[in-house]
Amino acid sequence: MRRIVLPWLLFALMLLAAPLVFPQSAALSLLSQMGTMVLLCLSYNMLLGEGGMLSFGHAVYSGLGAFGAIHLMNRMADGVLAFPVTLVPLAGGLTGALCAVVLGYLTTRRAGTTFAMITLGLVELVSACVLMFPEVFGGEGGISGNRVIGEPVLGISYGPQIQVYYLIAGWLLVCAIAIHALRHTPLGRILNAVRDNPERAAFLGYDPQRVRYLALILSAFFAGVSGGLSAINFEIVSAEYVGALRSGTILLFTFIGGTAYFYGPIIGGVIGVLFSSWLSAYTQAWQFYLGAFFILIVMTTPGGLASLLDRSWRLLQGGQMNARLAGRLAWWLAAALCTLTGVILATEMAYQASLGSLADTGEGAASLMLWGWRIDVHAAAPWGLAALCVVVGAGALVAWQRSGRAR
Amino acid sequence: MEFALITFLNGLGYGFLLFLLSSGLTLIYSMMGVPNFAHASFYMLGAYVAYALAGVLGFWWALLLAPLIVGVAGALVEHYGLRIVHRYGHVPELLFTFGLSYLVVELVQLVWGRSPVPYRIPPELDGTLFTLYSTAFPVYRGFMLLVAALMLLALWLLLRHTRIGLVIQAALTHPQMAEALGHNVPRVFMLVFGGGCALAALAGVIGGNAFVTEPGMAAAVGSIIFVVVVVGGLGSLAGAFITSLLIGMMQTFAVALDVSLASLGLQVPSGSALAPLARLTLAQVAPVLPYLLLVVMLIVRPKGLMGRRES
Repeated sequence: MRRIVLPWLLFALMLLAAPLVFPQSAALSLLSQMGTMVLLCLSYNMLLGEGGMLSFGHAVYSGLGAFGAIHLMNRMADGVLAFPVTLVPLAGGLTGALCAVVLGYLTTRRAGTTFAMITLGLVELVSACVLMFPEVFGGEGGISGNRVIGEPVLGISYGPQIQVYYLIAGWLLVCAIAIHALRHTPLGRILNAVRDNPERAAFLGYDPQRVRYLALILSAFFAGVSGGLSAINFEIVSAEYVGALRSGTILLFTFIGGTAYFYGPIIGGVIGVLFSSWLSAYTQAWQFYLGAFFILIVMTTPGGLASLLDRSWRLLQGGQMNARLAGRLAWWLAAALCTLTGVILATEMAYQASLGSLADTGEGAASLMLWGWRIDVHAAAPWGLAALCVVVGAGALVAWQRSGRAR
Repeated sequence: MEFALITFLNGLGYGFLLFLLSSGLTLIYSMMGVPNFAHASFYMLGAYVAYALAGVLGFWWALLLAPLIVGVAGALVEHYGLRIVHRYGHVPELLFTFGLSYLVVELVQLVWGRSPVPYRIPPELDGTLFTLYSTAFPVYRGFMLLVAALMLLALWLLLRHTRIGLVIQAALTHPQMAEALGHNVPRVFMLVFGGGCALAALAGVIGGNAFVTEPGMAAAVGSIIFVVVVVGGLGSLAGAFITSLLIGMMQTFAVALDVSLASLGLQVPSGSALAPLARLTLAQVAPVLPYLLLVVMLIVRPKGLMGRRES
């Protein structure tokens, strides 16, 4: 019992303490975004990790859920409907699930690559349709709303960001527990069976198509909850919420985190938001870094960051951490850091020279500020330094790999 | 009549361009068992490389060299990327190409900037080929049709009537048997991947200046060629050909027709929920049509137009 409850208590404590550790308003909005993204990735992993369904259109459900939530909020503000703001994400979830009942019936008829292709077509279909009906979806500009509705209940008006953060954290905790519990229900187990061997599951009397359909509806519900939360958080929902780009981002983040572990999507969501919201404030090359990081993960650790954590945890637990291993780890870290420095230096200089900095819009005339250093992108010395870092680092990495193989 | 003929020719051109793209994708698809998400990225690379080369060497050298350069780049990607990921299974393979499409867009922006580049039609191909009634048909459209048709003929001859084509077909359907007979199947795969990328790049070279050469061009065409491959049937070149023409025609005719349900005489009171639906013109619906076709096809005939097997 303790083994089940303890991680959840820790998770709840982390959610509770996060805004106390990072009380700045920028950090708070970042944390709120992380909460919605983590929930979205968790719901996506119900498909990819548990059901083996590679969907390229998961944003459809969260986006339509967000539209449902914002419409409800606007009706509430008009006084047509009375509904507590705290439960608005539930409406988002129901909208998402309802859409999955209709759309999922088409997509889940197939599995594997064909399923992936159908979802790709569907996401394009839905995002084109959203732009076609500006009366319902607000066209390019989207639909905006207001989360402060009526009198405060128990002193909570959802005006300040901190209250919104705790709303998101609360919903995240409840939904994460529900998603975790769903894995251990008969449906969750059969879903795993359908992923591993659909033919055998069918022979046992379970219709794989129906199992996939149910899983998609449930996953879409949680995606819709996440969409409703972001509708409350941003108070605006636009057409890009249902688009292919956002769907791809969810897939990227979840895979980076690791699909085989329950906590993988949590790591992925946090890192993803760090990339897209925090790093993007410092460098315009963040999409390059994200893409390169993703390819690196796919090529070297297909289990994602969670598998890396799991392996090192086992290593520590097994008491196999000795001086030799620690030395090798230090060697690897130093080499990787050296390569990374060179790559970042070169990338930043290239972006600066080609596209200019975030601050100025000139033809890359301004010099680059990196780690507090002023670097002239047109001089040969920094380029040489970057090349040297990459060559030395990569050489050390290759040597590391060779020496590991020799033993 | 005039409208129908001109739109037919335009649709034919667009359809041929789509087939240049989807033929390579279909071959790669039947080879790897997974779609290559970065295929449209190679189309974009083709256009940009041709733009860069055309400024230095002129359009005709660009037409020849750009597909070759991009084809070699594709072969390198297969050899140093996909082959490594292959042992992890289908999903990582697919995700690798997905990540690659991200990177290519970023790299293109890094080198050529975020706005469209002025990749123009060469002056010797500028002008009117013939005038049909009162509408002029540009030379370049005719040139696009010619290049695409010649390339497709060459591809067909290569696959059907040469020894290399025979080995490729064998390696696609029975890789183990082909390997046992002494053929280097991984090398064949690398060649097919590079060749498919070169075809996509050729489409980029002749399509980039007819349309717009910009960082968004890969995303614009990327999902449509997937529709072509799925609707045509997995691994079927003939199916891909028919679907390319079908979608090319459908798109051009729909864009050119300014018809809505309301203009056809459907009376809907302006306050009702159906009013926006009745006001939609066919031109507005045009971008959705390929995806609608995909959904309908998957319901009616899941294996595709000419597909023999289901994935």
